[in-house]
Amino acid sequence: MYAQGIITRVIGPVVEASGMGGSTMYESVRVGDEALIGEIIILQGDIATIQVYEETSGITPGQPVQRTGQQLSVELGPGLLGTIYDGIQRPLTVIRGFSGDMITRGSTAPALDHNRRWAFTPLVSPGDTVNPGDRLGSVTESTSVTHYILVPPEGDGRILTIADTKDYTIEEVIATIQTDRGIIKVSMVRRWPVREPRPIQRRRDPKEPLITGQRIIDTLFPLVKGGTAAIPGPFGSGKTVVQQQLAKWVNADIIVYIGCGERGNEMADVLDEFPQLHDPRTGQPLINRMVLIANTSNMPVAAREASIYTGITIAEYYRDMGYDVAVMADSTSRWAEAMREISGRLEEMPGEEGYPAYLSSRLAEFYERAGLAEPLGKHEKLGSVSIIGAVSPPGGDFSEPVTQNTLRIVKVFWALDAELAYQRHFPAIDWLMSYSLYSHTVDSWWEEQIGEGWSRKKQEMMEILQKENEIQEIIRLVGPETLPEEDKLALIEAEIIRESYLMQFAFHPVDTFCSPKKQSLMLSAIFAFFTWAREAVAAGVSASEIRSSPIFPLLSRMGPVPAEEEEDLFSALFAAVKEPCIPVRGN
Amino acid sequence: MDPHARTYTTVSKVVGPIIVVDDVRGVAYGEVVEITMPSGRKRLGQVLETESTRAVVQVFGGTRDLDTDRTSVRFTGEIMTIALSPDILGRVFNGIAEPIDGGEEVIPEEIRDIYGSPINPTSREPPHDPIQTGISVIDGLNTLVRGQKLPIFSGAGLPHNQLAAQIARQSKVTGQEESFAVIFAAMGITYEESSFFIRDFTDTGALERAVLFLNLADDPAIERIITPRLALTTAEYLAFEKGMHVLVIMTDMTNYCEALREIAAAREEVPGRRGYPGYMYTDLASIYERAGRITGKPGSITQIPILSMPDDDITHPVPDLTGYITEGQIVLSRDLHRRGIYPPVDILPCLSRLMQGGIGEGLTREDHADVKNQVYSAYALGIRLRGLVAVMGNEGLSSLENEYIRFADLFEDRFIRQDHNEERTIAETLDRAWELLAVLPQEELKRIDPAFIKKYSRTAKETPDA
Repeated sequence: MYAQGIITRVIGPVVEASGMGGSTMYESVRVGDEALIGEIIILQGDIATIQVYEETSGITPGQPVQRTGQQLSVELGPGLLGTIYDGIQRPLTVIRGFSGDMITRGSTAPALDHNRRWAFTPLVSPGDTVNPGDRLGSVTESTSVTHYILVPPEGDGRILTIADTKDYTIEEVIATIQTDRGIIKVSMVRRWPVREPRPIQRRRDPKEPLITGQRIIDTLFPLVKGGTAAIPGPFGSGKTVVQQQLAKWVNADIIVYIGCGERGNEMADVLDEFPQLHDPRTGQPLINRMVLIANTSNMPVAAREASIYTGITIAEYYRDMGYDVAVMADSTSRWAEAMREISGRLEEMPGEEGYPAYLSSRLAEFYERAGLAEPLGKHEKLGSVSIIGAVSPPGGDFSEPVTQNTLRIVKVFWALDAELAYQRHFPAIDWLMSYSLYSHTVDSWWEEQIGEGWSRKKQEMMEILQKENEIQEIIRLVGPETLPEEDKLALIEAEIIRESYLMQFAFHPVDTFCSPKKQSLMLSAIFAFFTWAREAVAAGVSASEIRSSPIFPLLSRMGPVPAEEEEDLFSALFAAVKEPCIPVRGN
Repeated sequence: MDPHARTYTTVSKVVGPIIVVDDVRGVAYGEVVEITMPSGRKRLGQVLETESTRAVVQVFGGTRDLDTDRTSVRFTGEIMTIALSPDILGRVFNGIAEPIDGGEEVIPEEIRDIYGSPINPTSREPPHDPIQTGISVIDGLNTLVRGQKLPIFSGAGLPHNQLAAQIARQSKVTGQEESFAVIFAAMGITYEESSFFIRDFTDTGALERAVLFLNLADDPAIERIITPRLALTTAEYLAFEKGMHVLVIMTDMTNYCEALREIAAAREEVPGRRGYPGYMYTDLASIYERAGRITGKPGSITQIPILSMPDDDITHPVPDLTGYITEGQIVLSRDLHRRGIYPPVDILPCLSRLMQGGIGEGLTREDHADVKNQVYSAYALGIRLRGLVAVMGNEGLSSLENEYIRFADLFEDRFIRQDHNEERTIAETLDRAWELLAVLPQEELKRIDPAFIKKYSRTAKETPDA
């Protein structure tokens, strides 16, 4: 039993307590008569400053603070997938069972079901020498995911006992290991402090693309397995829709979706929709490979601060089993604001725009937990954590601290643009502002796996879009009349790229996901049309005749065309561009 | 007498709406405080910060006449609550829930904490039922659904009140007769504005199913902090306890935020953007997030907050933070208003995030989404071309481009423009959109499924011109 402290001050989510000598930074504590969950964030003599993860109304100086001796940590084991947690890993469905539709204070429940039995299959035998990270056994966690029980970090030694193939709860001992420091017992559940990255053997440079099925992303601004991306945009520019699209279609094994300080109805939509969606690759419900963390904007602000760490720790846990994990954090600005809010209550010296001076180091620490890694243990498969962080810059101004500090770290930048959103061009990713530093890294994958000429077409596509921008400048100055036909054609080409390729309907049953193969096919068709059109213009056909060509509307049908009509459409397209275009009036 | 209540006369400091009380014991965070001034008048307050022997209290109703000698402060041991019963319908209260309609105090069936508790995200029912407001720009292009929070971003001198009143008057879910209530929370609006709403509610008979909380411009600013919370606690009671569909209109949120800033400044807190406190996002979220539906319960809370953008600046912290929390926004345009178009809704920055789930076959009509997308893209192009015309005249544009400009003109005149009392069904709104789209060549309708064009553009052919 640890010593008790006494509350001396309460200011919103921040509480000060005396008599806390001996406690450690980031130790988890229970605050007040209702034992609200809190965490120590400042120590000064025997006075601790605590951020409380629940509403503090009614908390009074003089009430006790109970230490736990543990850091704020999460419970890791089978049963995480398909569950929805709040920012400090309280299972919301279970809480709802006893506290009703509103979350009342002091409601806690274990993160994992401690009574459920899981069918365990051993993968080692007594006498085997094991090292941290080795697989002791496996559990079929969901129809899509095999959950491996790994040797814990302190567990290098020899297997004394290992459980038989049978059903066990997560608390039952499934293995004992003889180590230099004595015998340790291993069950299927572990705790891990959220603010501490889980250990790996070594980092590797990522090179395989993370396929999202979103054309503008996969083609122009790709992300890799183990990479980091930021998606900033003003409100209404479609951040959340892009995040949800990625969560649905990205080819990672596990998705961790962190709704950090966002809308309740949006989370409800995710909860409603995701169980009905099926993974295009396995046909399994998507929810079977997802962990959802929902700390909506009206839930306690300190728990919002913790939600990001809870999410990334769960992601690392699955990475250690050799899985590719994608983390969607929506939105990191709300997380930064939670830091700012708490920092303000602590009366810390503010940095830029009131954010604490440590904003940039916290952001960097978070994004650095992504990466392609050789996990501990002797299995071959690499694991990765990719992070896609939404940023919500005030007023859509990208010069603000959260966006700027994020851009210094991440390698991919998908800039959302309000103008595009107003025109209902979605995804509203601005092709001139966005970038991906992985763009060349993944070229070889596309060339080998999908088809030759990929990087050349991609490059040319960017050039056409750049050129459109230049021509638009000229039009603004002198009007469209004086343009040569080649430039008019370039405008048409850019229009085709924008409207038939980059634009994609998230809510369309077919267009919502575009496979790499189809992307390549679409690009080929578009460039075949360009070649055809350029030859025609060179032969004297006017650009407006090209625009009224019957092939034109076929191009815009490529994205939404149902699978069974796909072949017909593409053969029609390729056949049409074989015939040279003849000037209509013979001029 | 509450055993937890304690009285002190140890006020040591008064700054703006804040007082500091010394030598106190066991004061709880958020506790309600009753302050008796030397004149004998009473004020309510609430604890903002508590230490072992000191408490910081925000005083509702202002601190004029307060002194540091004779003022007595009673800590009630309770948190802020409101008395509720079904009889509350038809009543008018001030900004701190005292009746101002000459009626009696409400005899409570239930007493509730005005801060409420967050809805468990797993208990939320995704909103799907479209509300027909009878206003084309909203129904056709930015459909409101039950359980949504859709603010109106306005500016000084724009007819946001008329629009809000029209929405309150006309809103219905087609084909359903269910109990419906309107809760109106006024924060710092003028007497005239409030009397406009009261008159409108009275004339249309809406008052008997409405509850009004009025904090007018000359009422203490600090009370605005609790007015919306009283309204929303009442809404939660009526919606989730009594199964009613509640529409909450809150105006003007900018005044609310000013009050928040005033307290922050008086407490010498580190200011965020434009002097507003860093926790304003969280604070606004604790208001807006109280909209929604709960699985298995019949009622709903739909919010229409109104806010005026200082200098029509949508990037000002109040509209900006609001837009990040609410599910879309309706933006009023001074330009359209000057041209005499009512409702002067600038559709381009408007958005209804929940529209996707609330429209389509079985809800509104199968062609709704496509028509909306087409109208948006055509109007956006028309507006862009209009800008070009200003530079080089109509001659510089192709005939197709001129058709787009004509579409934009007609669209503003025949689709956006609508009378204060004109109610259009969603089908009428969509048919109107088809008529206007007929101005454009059919090949240009790239965002509409060809099957819908075949089916619906027929009506358009009959009336191609105005």
